[in-house]
Amino acid sequence: MADGLRLALVIAAKDVRAELRSKTALLSATVFAALVLVIFNFARDPTALSATDLAPSALWVTFAFAAMVAMNRSFTVEREHGALDGLLLAPVPRGALFTGKMLANLAFVAAVEAVALPLFILFFNVDLSRALPGIIGTAALATVGFVAVGTIFGAMAVRTRFAELMLPVLLLPFMVPPLIGAVQVTSRLLAARPLSEMMGWLRLLAVYDVVFVTLAALAFSFVVEE
Amino acid sequence: MTGLSGAAPVVTLTRARAVVRRGIIISSIALIGIGVAAILALGFTPIEARQGLAQKIFYLHVPSAWSALLAFSLVGIAGGLYLWLEDPRLDLFAAASAEVGVAFAAVMLTTGPIWAKPIWGTWWTWDARLTLTLFLFFLFVGYLALRAAVHDRHERARFSAVVGIMGLLLVPFIHLSVYLFRTLHPQPIVLKPSAPSLPWEMLRTLLVSTVMFTLLYIGYVTIRYGIGLAIDAREQSDAG
Amino acid sequence: MPSSDGSLLAAVGLERSFGHIRVLRGIDLRVGPGDALVVVGPNGAGKTTLLRVLAGLTRPSAGEVWVLGKRLDRSTPETRRPIGFVSHQSMLYDDLTIAENISLAARLYGLADPRAKAARALESAGLAERGSARPRQLSRGLLQRAAIARALVHEPRLLLLDEPFTGLDAPAAERLRELLQERKQRGLGLLLVSHHLDEAWNLATHVAVLGGGRWLLDEAKNGPLAEFIPRYRALAHG
Repeated sequence: MADGLRLALVIAAKDVRAELRSKTALLSATVFAALVLVIFNFARDPTALSATDLAPSALWVTFAFAAMVAMNRSFTVEREHGALDGLLLAPVPRGALFTGKMLANLAFVAAVEAVALPLFILFFNVDLSRALPGIIGTAALATVGFVAVGTIFGAMAVRTRFAELMLPVLLLPFMVPPLIGAVQVTSRLLAARPLSEMMGWLRLLAVYDVVFVTLAALAFSFVVEE
Repeated sequence: MTGLSGAAPVVTLTRARAVVRRGIIISSIALIGIGVAAILALGFTPIEARQGLAQKIFYLHVPSAWSALLAFSLVGIAGGLYLWLEDPRLDLFAAASAEVGVAFAAVMLTTGPIWAKPIWGTWWTWDARLTLTLFLFFLFVGYLALRAAVHDRHERARFSAVVGIMGLLLVPFIHLSVYLFRTLHPQPIVLKPSAPSLPWEMLRTLLVSTVMFTLLYIGYVTIRYGIGLAIDAREQSDAG
Repeated sequence: MPSSDGSLLAAVGLERSFGHIRVLRGIDLRVGPGDALVVVGPNGAGKTTLLRVLAGLTRPSAGEVWVLGKRLDRSTPETRRPIGFVSHQSMLYDDLTIAENISLAARLYGLADPRAKAARALESAGLAERGSARPRQLSRGLLQRAAIARALVHEPRLLLLDEPFTGLDAPAAERLRELLQERKQRGLGLLLVSHHLDEAWNLATHVAVLGGGRWLLDEAKNGPLAEFIPRYRALAHG
């Protein structure tokens, strides 16, 4: 068990180190997030729709799409030069391989969210002073779920010709429950509503995470082994 | 069991044709049955007080949404069984079920708005049934797109099985999300009545229609499955 | 009995199909310490598939692989440990240096002091000064050496190589041969798939010809290459 965790961290560290050098996924995802936020701002009629009404959806749509851009690379690097075989040859349990990949993806998506959030505060002029811890917590809860699914689907998508298209097509339906939950909680946080109004949604997010992280970890060996 | 993992086809071409024929018979019976259900709905079922004659589409919509859900559930279950048993027939069945399911979902999603607009004044309503069917449609499309994009049969079967199982487990979450959303945002218009307390005649018609749609699903899947078997047999004779 | 005959690698009845195409049809083999089995055959004969099955990367449709007396089993990752594999792809990450790639491998195998092991592996491969280079910056010959250093860092008992001589010039090929010969003498078991019989012949202790998924020939080397070639031609084209 401890060995599996150690191996997962080795794999995650490898991904993070490689990405910090090439920066392709991080940069494109961050720029993408910024662009989406800008477009949301320009595309609305300020008299018809207040910033606070639009804000939660804008934030989460941005997070969702930027996350997909960030996660795409996870398995394309394994495909070049057959590096995935190197991981599969070693005595690494497939669950550890999945966990490592997922942790790296989480790190990348978290990094993009960390850049997108200040931009969001800036563009939408929202006061997050009280809501910030709640939003960060919600972001963590929702992100874990769709990153788990994005990791396993990324492993599948990379084997097809149009991987960048296949991943969103497969992943988007799975992002809907965490997104709905996250948007609902975020808008209540911004309106300073009591916690009791959010419990249902938070529970949904938590159960989703448990179910899909487990499922993705178990199903991973079927995807990655011939 | 040979086929995906061996050299012999799953079944012979003759047997595949027999399966297709059986499917055609079942589908024909089902289509007649649906006709009967339609007659029942129009002629022998009371008109709903609030919505009038237009409500009758209910007897068509509920069963087709049900068939799409049944189709998807079987895609997921067959996928799970495939990962466990590795019987290629399970993968062929899952593929057939997905194609039939996407057709049911598409019909429901197109007739829904076309009917809703003149009656309710809106093209789309985010009611539970329509929303769920929409998601099933997207899941089907993703599933079929993945199948089309993967060329190795083992890999395609494995990937499809994983997506199918995960999709099946997503359905309760979609349902829950919609439910939570709607309890907090009650719709101003009362939409298609799906309350369990239906009068006997309505329930009877609904039941007949549902059974016939299920039979139609079985018939169509049998046809498509038979075609899948035939393709497998043909590929074997080409390769061998 | 593969579990007790002292072989490094044994396979019994291997079969593998892709769709309806049977790529391997009942392969048996055995590699002992100090053996070098060279597998040749026409294109599409199933050589790469065989190697991948033996390395545990591809599951056979039927048959078993035994490594050091233990059955190769996906649910027991440790059974893979004695295997080293050199593919025709480098299996290296472009964004990591050669040294980092090799110490990653050392970490994956749970070795103590991975960086030191990597440094030593680089030294034996004559790549000590190129350790901080990226894979893109190396020539094919050097990249090959790096890939082999990576494969050997965990001191496997068995090394599987897929077309290792392809793209190497004469000095590089000679260097590779010397390296493999030296390891072979120290007890490493080798299984090479190669088109280049002239390069691999001196190394070989056993030769096997794979055709249409089956062994057309499987024997100990017993003569010079010149005698073998006509027999091979007859088999491959017959």
